[in-house]
Amino acid sequence: MAMLDGNAIAGQLYEVFGAEMTTVAGVCAYCGARHQLGEQYVYLRGPGTVVRCRSCQSIVAVLVEIRGCTCVDLQGLAEIDLRRA
Amino acid sequence: MERTAVRGRLTWRHARVVELIDETAGVRSIVLDPPDWPGHQAGQHVDVRLTAEDGYQAQRSYSIASAPEDEHLVLTVERLEDGEVSPYLVGELRVGDELELRGPIGGYFVWDVPLGGPLLLVGGGSGVVPLRAILFHRAALRSTVPVRLLYSARTLADVIYREELIGVEADHQGADIRITLTREQPTGWRGYTGRIDRALLEEVAWAPSERPLTYVCGPTGLVEATASALVDLGHEPSRIKTERFGPT
Repeated sequence: MAMLDGNAIAGQLYEVFGAEMTTVAGVCAYCGARHQLGEQYVYLRGPGTVVRCRSCQSIVAVLVEIRGCTCVDLQGLAEIDLRRA
Repeated sequence: MERTAVRGRLTWRHARVVELIDETAGVRSIVLDPPDWPGHQAGQHVDVRLTAEDGYQAQRSYSIASAPEDEHLVLTVERLEDGEVSPYLVGELRVGDELELRGPIGGYFVWDVPLGGPLLLVGGGSGVVPLRAILFHRAALRSTVPVRLLYSARTLADVIYREELIGVEADHQGADIRITLTREQPTGWRGYTGRIDRALLEEVAWAPSERPLTYVCGPTGLVEATASALVDLGHEPSRIKTERFGPT
C-alpha cells in the first residue's frame, strides 16, 4: 500500500482541528519520538486514514469518516503540542 | 496560549479555469482565478473536489506550482491512469469551467526567504511542482539564497516546465538547475543519467558542513532513497523535508 506523509492529510486535519496541523509536533506513545505531523507516515487506503510514527511505525492516529462525521483516535500520541497550530 | 482572532475555516471555493497548459504528454497545468484567494506560501497545496451528477464526491491534494507573487493560482496535475480525479483534470477540464478547491493547506513543506539556505531541491516526476513554487518565489523576491535543483525525469519529453527550467531564457536569479534522465537520453545530452543515488547526491548536494535546507518531493521510492542517502552523507535529518506523492 502506498505510503505518504502527513502533508497528504493536511486538509483533513485542518477540517477536524480548525487549524494548520502539519507543523504541530506529537510524541509517540510507544517510542517517545517527537515528530511534526507533516513528517509522519500516512496510509490512506485502509479503512480510514492511518498515521504511523516515522521512528517506530506504531499507529499514532486514525481518522475515520462515518456519515459526515470524522472520528479521530489519538491514543498513539502521548502528547500533542498545539501551541504552533 | 490565548487566542483573540477567530481561526479561519477551510472553506470550499469555486475557481474559474483561466488557461490550460500541456506541460508533457500526461501533465497539465491548470491556471485558476479563485475569488478572494488569501495567498499562499511556496510549497503548499490545495484539495480539489469533484462531484458527480449522482452526488458522489472524490477529493485529492495537488501542489501549487505558482509562486505567491504570481497573478494566478496554478496547479500542475499528472494523469494517473487508474485515478479518479486526475484523468478528468488532465483530459476533460476546459477553460471557463469551475473547479472546487480549498486551501492553501500545509505548513510543513514550505519555504520562505527567512528560512535561508543554501537550498537543495530534489524532485522526481511531478514532485517538481512545489519546488517550482519555491524556485519562483525565491526569484521573485530577488533572494540571493543559493539554490540547487536536482530533478529526475524518465526522458527529456517528460521534463515538466522544460522551457522554464532549462530553456535559453531561463534564469531564476542564479539558480543551479540539474536534470537527470533515467530511461532515455537524447543524443548529446549533457545532464546526468540514471536514478538519483548516493553518488549523484554526493556530487550535486551542498557539503553537509554548509547545513543546507533540503526539500525532497516525488514518489515514495525516490524520496526514501534520497533522504536516506543524504543522512548517510552526513546531512542533518531535521533539515530534510519530504513530501511523498502517490496514487491515493
